[in-house]
Amino acid sequence: MMKITEKLAIDAFKNDKETHITLDQKICHACKERFCIYACPANLYSLNEKGEMGVEFAGCLECGTCQIACIYGSVKWKYPQSGFGVQYRFG
Amino acid sequence: MRYAPCGESEMDKVDVIIVGGGLAGLSCAYELADAGMTVITLERGDFSGSKNVTGGRIYLSPLRHYLPDLWKEAPLERHVTKELITLLGETNSTTFELYSDRSNQEPYPSYTILRAKFDRWLADLVSEKGVFVIPQKNVDDLIWEGGKVIGVKTKEEELGADCVVAADGILSFLSEKAGLRKPFQPQHFALGFKEVIALDPKTIEDRFRMGEKEGAAQLFAGTLTKGIMGGGFLYTNQESLSLGIVVGIHSLNQREPREEIYKFLDEFKQRPEIKNLIRGGEVVEYSAHLVSEGGIHIKPRVYGDGILVTGDAAGLGLNMLVTVRGMEYAMASGVLAGRTIKMAKEKNDFSASSLAHYEKLLNESFIIKEMNNYQNTLSILENERLFSKYPRAVSDLFEKVMKVDENPKEGLYKTIWETVKKDFLNFETFKDWLQFRKI
Repeated sequence: MMKITEKLAIDAFKNDKETHITLDQKICHACKERFCIYACPANLYSLNEKGEMGVEFAGCLECGTCQIACIYGSVKWKYPQSGFGVQYRFG
Repeated sequence: MRYAPCGESEMDKVDVIIVGGGLAGLSCAYELADAGMTVITLERGDFSGSKNVTGGRIYLSPLRHYLPDLWKEAPLERHVTKELITLLGETNSTTFELYSDRSNQEPYPSYTILRAKFDRWLADLVSEKGVFVIPQKNVDDLIWEGGKVIGVKTKEEELGADCVVAADGILSFLSEKAGLRKPFQPQHFALGFKEVIALDPKTIEDRFRMGEKEGAAQLFAGTLTKGIMGGGFLYTNQESLSLGIVVGIHSLNQREPREEIYKFLDEFKQRPEIKNLIRGGEVVEYSAHLVSEGGIHIKPRVYGDGILVTGDAAGLGLNMLVTVRGMEYAMASGVLAGRTIKMAKEKNDFSASSLAHYEKLLNESFIIKEMNNYQNTLSILENERLFSKYPRAVSDLFEKVMKVDENPKEGLYKTIWETVKKDFLNFETFKDWLQFRKI
């Protein structure tokens, strides 16, 4: 079975230095459900050793699901800057 | 036309700025191409289609009337001649297969499609017709003057226009900024994610028992989504398969025990029903996109002073249970926006009351009529039994009917009647039936 990281490695990405997804740690801290972890199709959300939520923006498929799944409004999601992000060749 | 840097007193102006070079935006541009107006389309990706994903399949029948000349050269994949619906149980499945001569006669009603290819082609076509399509150009904001939209801001410049068309997709930041869109709710969106798996054309045709250029569209309901609203899909492209899953985000949020959704596709691929279809294939892309499922209930206001909203940005998408629609709505709404702009140009009036004509055209079109006809689907889709119990019960019954083992086989009537009594003749199913009649 292919790992999710292997799947993402097939896609074409042009990564910006700056993230296009920001989280409100205060909201994340109070969240019990962690909707983002389960909903992200690229598996980019995870808790670090300090228990803080983190997101690896570099493999983002730009679906925007996290922003909608997070009903607490922690996920601030915008499009990557012009010329950056995923570049689908099939779509 | 020239660009003015920010801060210069006079900003450059065109007739129309289309934000988003996808199906809606490019269809609008196509409609406006020969109208003697300066039209510019701003696309955030490297090229049109590079940020777009579909399942997918496009129905041309409703579109030919809006875009009669477009299809002859269009880089579509296969025309769909086979419809398959598979109900998945835990360890079994039942497939209904429809073949119809009608779907195999020109003009073909529907095609499988890959958006990176199709949208790019359409952008080139529109460019040849004189519309500027500028890639790698994000729009950050609208420019307002006295409550009227008069242009857009990008990182580098400001550009003015008589009319701005928001064709910026399902997350439409523009219609949000214009105050036309309602806040997002998980109930109204589904996540679609898929793999494109390369296979040679002959293998695809043999596995699906199809002729050259013929295509199949297969939908899956049942255990693959583990009770979450949604299902699987498989479309045959010319040299690849698009295999994926769509799940409602609200339903996904509610599911216990929690499980990462990306794993569902891997498990789906392990099913023998899928394994044998994709054998020897190479995954060449993994993609994801939101699907609008709110239907008529979340349609935003689609016009304002100096602005029109089209396609996914206007929430024009619909889950019809047996198919999910959106691309035809995007293209037709783009054309209708184009027609409205031409009319507004004649009167030189781009106020909301003039652009309201767009809403009238939409209401008269198949788009809003279908969205009205299917306005109850959403409530029916919330019924978990549709995605777990019923598909499983059908396959289990079919297996019982077909089974011969060491015991003397029961009469067919008895076998069927006992299952029907157990799984279908109860108050729950009766209520589901009453609800189902609303579609």
